Amino acid sequence: MSILIKGARVIDAYSGLDGIRDILIEKGKLVKLEKNIKEKADKIIHAQGKVVIPGLIDLHAHLREPGREDEETILSGSWAGVHGGYTVICCMPNTQPPIDHPGMVNYVKEQAKSSPIIILPYATISKNREGKELAELGLLRETGAVGFSDDGSPVMDALLMRRALEYSLMLNAPIISHCEDLNLSRGGVMNEGELSTILGLKGIPAEAEEIMVERDLKLAQLTGAHLHIAHVSTKGSVDLIREAKEKGVKVTCEVTPHHLILTEEALLSFNPHTKVNPPLRRKEDVETLQQALKEGVIDVIATDHAPHLATEKEKEIEEAPFGMIGLDTCFSLIFTYIVEKGILSLKEVVEKMSLNPAKILNLPWGRIKVGEVPHLTIFDPEATWIVKEDTLYSKSKNTPFLGWELKGKIEWVIIGERILMERGKCLL
Amino acid sequence: MKWRRKDLLGLRELSREEIEYILETAQPFKEISERPIKKVPTLRGKTVVNLFFEPSTRTRISFELAEKRLSADTINFTPGSSSVLKGETLLDTLRNIQAMQIDCVVMRHPSPGSCHFLAQRLDVPVINAGDGAHEHPTQALLDLFTIKEKKKRIEGLKVAIVGDIRFSRVARSNIWGLTKMGAKVRVISPPTLLPPCIEKMGVEVFYHLKEGLRNVDVIMALRIQRERQNESLIPSIREYRKLYGITREVLKVAKDDVIIMHPGPVNRGIELEPEVVDSSHSVILEQVTNGVAVRMAILYILMGGEVS
Amino acid sequence: MRKFIDQEELRDLWLKVCREVSREIPHSNIAIVGIRTRGAHLAARLRNFLKERTGIDVPFGILDITLYRDDLTAIAEQPVVRSTEIPFNVTGKRIVLVDDVIYTGRTVRAALDELIDFGRPSYIRLAVLIDRGGRELPIQPDFVGKFVELAPEEVVEVKLKEIDDEEGAYILKKK
Repeated sequence: MSILIKGARVIDAYSGLDGIRDILIEKGKLVKLEKNIKEKADKIIHAQGKVVIPGLIDLHAHLREPGREDEETILSGSWAGVHGGYTVICCMPNTQPPIDHPGMVNYVKEQAKSSPIIILPYATISKNREGKELAELGLLRETGAVGFSDDGSPVMDALLMRRALEYSLMLNAPIISHCEDLNLSRGGVMNEGELSTILGLKGIPAEAEEIMVERDLKLAQLTGAHLHIAHVSTKGSVDLIREAKEKGVKVTCEVTPHHLILTEEALLSFNPHTKVNPPLRRKEDVETLQQALKEGVIDVIATDHAPHLATEKEKEIEEAPFGMIGLDTCFSLIFTYIVEKGILSLKEVVEKMSLNPAKILNLPWGRIKVGEVPHLTIFDPEATWIVKEDTLYSKSKNTPFLGWELKGKIEWVIIGERILMERGKCLL
Repeated sequence: MKWRRKDLLGLRELSREEIEYILETAQPFKEISERPIKKVPTLRGKTVVNLFFEPSTRTRISFELAEKRLSADTINFTPGSSSVLKGETLLDTLRNIQAMQIDCVVMRHPSPGSCHFLAQRLDVPVINAGDGAHEHPTQALLDLFTIKEKKKRIEGLKVAIVGDIRFSRVARSNIWGLTKMGAKVRVISPPTLLPPCIEKMGVEVFYHLKEGLRNVDVIMALRIQRERQNESLIPSIREYRKLYGITREVLKVAKDDVIIMHPGPVNRGIELEPEVVDSSHSVILEQVTNGVAVRMAILYILMGGEVS
Repeated sequence: MRKFIDQEELRDLWLKVCREVSREIPHSNIAIVGIRTRGAHLAARLRNFLKERTGIDVPFGILDITLYRDDLTAIAEQPVVRSTEIPFNVTGKRIVLVDDVIYTGRTVRAALDELIDFGRPSYIRLAVLIDRGGRELPIQPDFVGKFVELAPEEVVEVKLKEIDDEEGAYILKKK
């Protein structure tokens, strides 16, 4: 089926394009990208007033399969991704059992076959995510893992982390670090500071993250390997990463939408949906993270999509598990609170949510290029939608953004010649 | 003023006006406990459930007396602590309460925010009888009432809170209440028992007892728990007693008419020297009496009329 | 709104009530209890009258009946509770209960309940300045200053110089 997209503003960070263009897709390839295409097509999408960007790539999502299919599956998570404009999702290996040997990577790949989008598995750094012994990183890479992480947990043993980084030099895949000193954070529920004192909750000090960030940066420098730091949340971490980058350390890093938008004050109502790890921080940290994105110290926006059932989250805040979903809402949140507020331009967002993720993992996507299989997301900058349980495609609904009205509604998602979302509705 | 809140979850969100309203209302209720028939029919036919997830004899009894003296029917529900998963219990408990058509919930729970959890999901008033280290509003209110009774005012008084501030809901609620009513609050504690950024709550911080007690009008001693020794927060109870125990000797630096308060139960010989507990400075027993009156006032305010 | 009792008439009416009370009730075991707020002030005037007449300091108390009302949940605004002060033993006394206006009788019922919770009076007699009819309960005053039949939408308001800046009684229309 040939598709012609007419009259949209096309933004591509790769080529620098930002202008009104038509797009013609034939036989699953992008054949023309120019003004006023006259060719006929089987499907014409009148996209005047809308914006076309490359399909979004999420470097950090938890799809819970195998083990917690009640919370989310690779398939349901994929559709949540489509709903949020994603065409590629990298899924974390802290499943039950974890993705720590080639058979498990194959399992994920098998399940991913029925997904409408590209699902790329990460594998664990250590066997069974215990942080004691290296997993078979080579075999895992061969089987298809695109990166390694014990995420959910840090690698507490510095020697193990060093070995993992060294080993990864031959694998052409990053070690993704969840930076948290478990001894400093133990029992903590929210950011440590004035608010945790007022609420009587045990806090997680910023230092719990920063000490590990510093350690991992030094190890990355020592080994020369590619370190990717997950969910950066504090000013201190940003300063350390900036300094390391200036020294030429091969480090990349990501920030979540909630750390860019919410502060620890969201916890004043004791809403368990605001409980995340790393926790929501102070206004000062949020502003620093926004600046760091603009500066380029932070390379990527990633969701850290973490589904949890209502029965698990609906508890007193100390008992509730950490995490919130994000695939459905990330782009709209960033558009409404980062682009519309003038912190980043749309092209910069495309860079952070599509191009840079592709670069970090060496993926052939994140751009709109003639001759390639197109991954396209079309959104309406003016249309709004309200985040409600029944408008979310994720199986779980644990988000503090319920009830929020957002702009930048995703309307079409196309991979090749296959339309995955049409006029705002996912074609399950 | 018109009381507009469905629940009493803490003192942080109350205005000075609202606190004064509660204290004023408590006054006439004190008199009822001095009558031959210690009962008024005000809450006749209403059912109050005392949901105590943490053991507490004295607070529960105080609430029970308050409820009964208002002629309400009371139910005590103490779910087993260790065997049942905490989280499940709360949601299940909620559903049970909804099914039983209770008119008010008084709740004590070890986890901060648990009363908020119930209050957000129930149509009936929820009274926080202590949620973890977060707040214990009725205790602070009876403390304020007692201070006002003894000193005729709260504004401008120097009040020292001594002890484990870090894990204390009594300290937090009292800091809110006292600062809102214009008192000057000091906290006296070893550094390990102070929570981060405590000075941002508007208090002066002292590590040394005598320094902190200089010229104070009110001393509030908090209970020290032996667990703190196990967590290396204090080296020993003996050292705590020597450095922070309030003795007759130490009292000399405070004002002559200083009053001594304690939420109870007192570790005699640790926080307070026995002679201090029994001295004329001590208003600890009055706190207990006032506790019933203040809790009656709160039950009356939350349940005794239409809340807009 | 019209003033139907002026300052002089109010003084005369209450004097009449005081004289009747003094005449009918033996002074040996008499006690006076006023219902807050204006009943209490009228009760104080009765006490002062008896002191002048007989030299006796009659035991005196004030009732706040807020906690005994039967219409608590029907009121939109929290009624302010003030204190009840009965500093004498109620048992065996001949009590004169005093209020400014009697209407439905519910206030007096609440006062009776509360008083009896304090002990066992020998008897209770009721003295009011104004009876405006409209009883909902079988309760009648023993001593009345003035009787006036009013429509349901009309309200009587008494003003006393102890707390208001004038003396008299008004009839108003309820909103």
